[in-house]
Amino acid sequence: MTHAFRQHSILPGFGLAMGFTVFYLSLIVLIPLGAAFLKTLTMGWTQFWETVSGPRALASYRLSIGASLVAASINSALGLLTAWVLVRYEFPGKRIVDALVDLPFALPTAVAGITLTALFAGNGWVGSWLEPLGIKIAFTWLGVVVALTFIGLPFVVRTVQPVLQELDPEIEEAAATLGASRWQSLKRVVFPELLPAVLTGFALAFARAVGEYGSVIFISGNMPMKTEITPLLIVTKLSQYDYSGATALAVATLAMSFVLLLFINLIQWWSRARYA
Amino acid sequence: MTRSAALILALFTLLLAREVHAQKTLLNVSYDPTRELYKEFNPAFIKHWRAKTGESISFKQAHGGSASQARAVIDGLEADVVTLALAGDIDAIANKRLLAGDWQKRLPQNSAPYTSTIVFLVRKGNPKGIRDWSDLVKPDVSVITPNPKTSGGARWNYLSAWGYELARTNKSEPKAKEFVNSLYKNVPVLDSGARGSTTTFVERGIGDAFISWENEAFLAVNELGRDRFEIVVPSASILAEPPVAVVDKVVDRRGTRAIAQAYLEYLYTPEGQEIAAKHYYRPRLAAVAKKYSGNFPKIKLFTIDEVFGSWSKVQKAHFDDGGIFDQIYQLK
Repeated sequence: MTHAFRQHSILPGFGLAMGFTVFYLSLIVLIPLGAAFLKTLTMGWTQFWETVSGPRALASYRLSIGASLVAASINSALGLLTAWVLVRYEFPGKRIVDALVDLPFALPTAVAGITLTALFAGNGWVGSWLEPLGIKIAFTWLGVVVALTFIGLPFVVRTVQPVLQELDPEIEEAAATLGASRWQSLKRVVFPELLPAVLTGFALAFARAVGEYGSVIFISGNMPMKTEITPLLIVTKLSQYDYSGATALAVATLAMSFVLLLFINLIQWWSRARYA
Repeated sequence: MTRSAALILALFTLLLAREVHAQKTLLNVSYDPTRELYKEFNPAFIKHWRAKTGESISFKQAHGGSASQARAVIDGLEADVVTLALAGDIDAIANKRLLAGDWQKRLPQNSAPYTSTIVFLVRKGNPKGIRDWSDLVKPDVSVITPNPKTSGGARWNYLSAWGYELARTNKSEPKAKEFVNSLYKNVPVLDSGARGSTTTFVERGIGDAFISWENEAFLAVNELGRDRFEIVVPSASILAEPPVAVVDKVVDRRGTRAIAQAYLEYLYTPEGQEIAAKHYYRPRLAAVAKKYSGNFPKIKLFTIDEVFGSWSKVQKAHFDDGGIFDQIYQLK
């Protein structure tokens, strides 16, 4: 039986390594998530359904998941560009720019939220330019997108960068000598190589954004039905000592995120199968 | 193997010995705006206790949102005393049997040694001419207040508006509901906590009026400048009674009941009342209240119990899911 999934590997000790992996994953991921599910079980099915399908909950999923998807898409496009610039060009201060990319991870999210709000509010540096044009960012769903784009920036850059470094420019040259136009070699040669990494970055940025609380609550305005994110609704439930209601919303969000992440993984498999 | 076991044993004995000799440290779990108050009160009590019993003690403070502090205590934070923003949060701790259900009767005056009320902060010169609650529902006025569902303090704001209109309309609940409805229609940003709302009003420049606890309003005006803001006192407002209680389970296990009890009682003494008054909380003791009467404008005050019955009733009718507050936002 054990031979069924045992594979030859340069690392010895499959049993030990697998044991540690399972133990570690259980401790860090499965047990806390299991506890959330168990807590939800204390409420009946109808009560659970009422909690997770109320109009305010639905509005909050739309905002949380929608804004996260938009933010992850922006990060995918611009992150790809940033990675390209950082890998393919030499310019003074490149190392500093490279280090800048990671800053959104290092900053406490509340600080990010307060800073972004200060910038984009009607009296802020950026907001005071945009407001006369009729564009309001702070305290609207656009503000949520801005905050989520900020916190998710490093993911796509950091997943695409190593793949791009491995991708030899000679391959593009070869494509060119074989008569491919720039667009063709980008589309047929470079892009298929990068797509899995971009999708991984997209998935990470999306997953991080769905759960984000600290930076968003400052810039979103938190108006029920309009700019209320799901994590805020969960905190609201906790403030009312409604633990099971809070975990019910968490379980619903997790389930939706899981389906979306699974879908992204399917695209990845599909793209690998197609271009391999 | 035996050597390391002996080492561990020695270490434990050392730790235990330390525990016996160490001075007692008590933990007061409180909400945000009492930070400055207890910073001054704790040393005063420690001095008082040493003079009375010769025992040296120390106090630790934990501050945060009232409900999340209560939740921390429920989840096991070893608080000897809790000093929170509203009775409902201590009720929640009592529901988990960490302290007696009748805790609010154990100390004088609803276990609230100091009180406050709800006032407005407006911009210098009061450009919108805001004088009373009824000015806040005018269509061109923008009001800043936190979400009462996430902020304990903001529940007092909401209830104060409700009580004002209820008294004005001869106890007409539909009128009060409509009033609160139009008030919250004027709120462009619902921050999750009081400090967040202060930032929105002060730093972002959003809103014409900021509904605030009196002590917070004083603090804001004194810290941020009298040249930028003014305090407006409405004709009537709620008597906010932030309560205090000894957490029975914790003090009995740690043997700190006598100190914890004396600590809370000291809040009612002239010394304690004086410190509260200095930090803009309204004192209960008549003599101290008189001394500081210049600080606290006269205002018609009503209590939760008079208007609403009790906190648990208020919580259920107004702030629970699907309650009156939620209905404001579901109507659209």
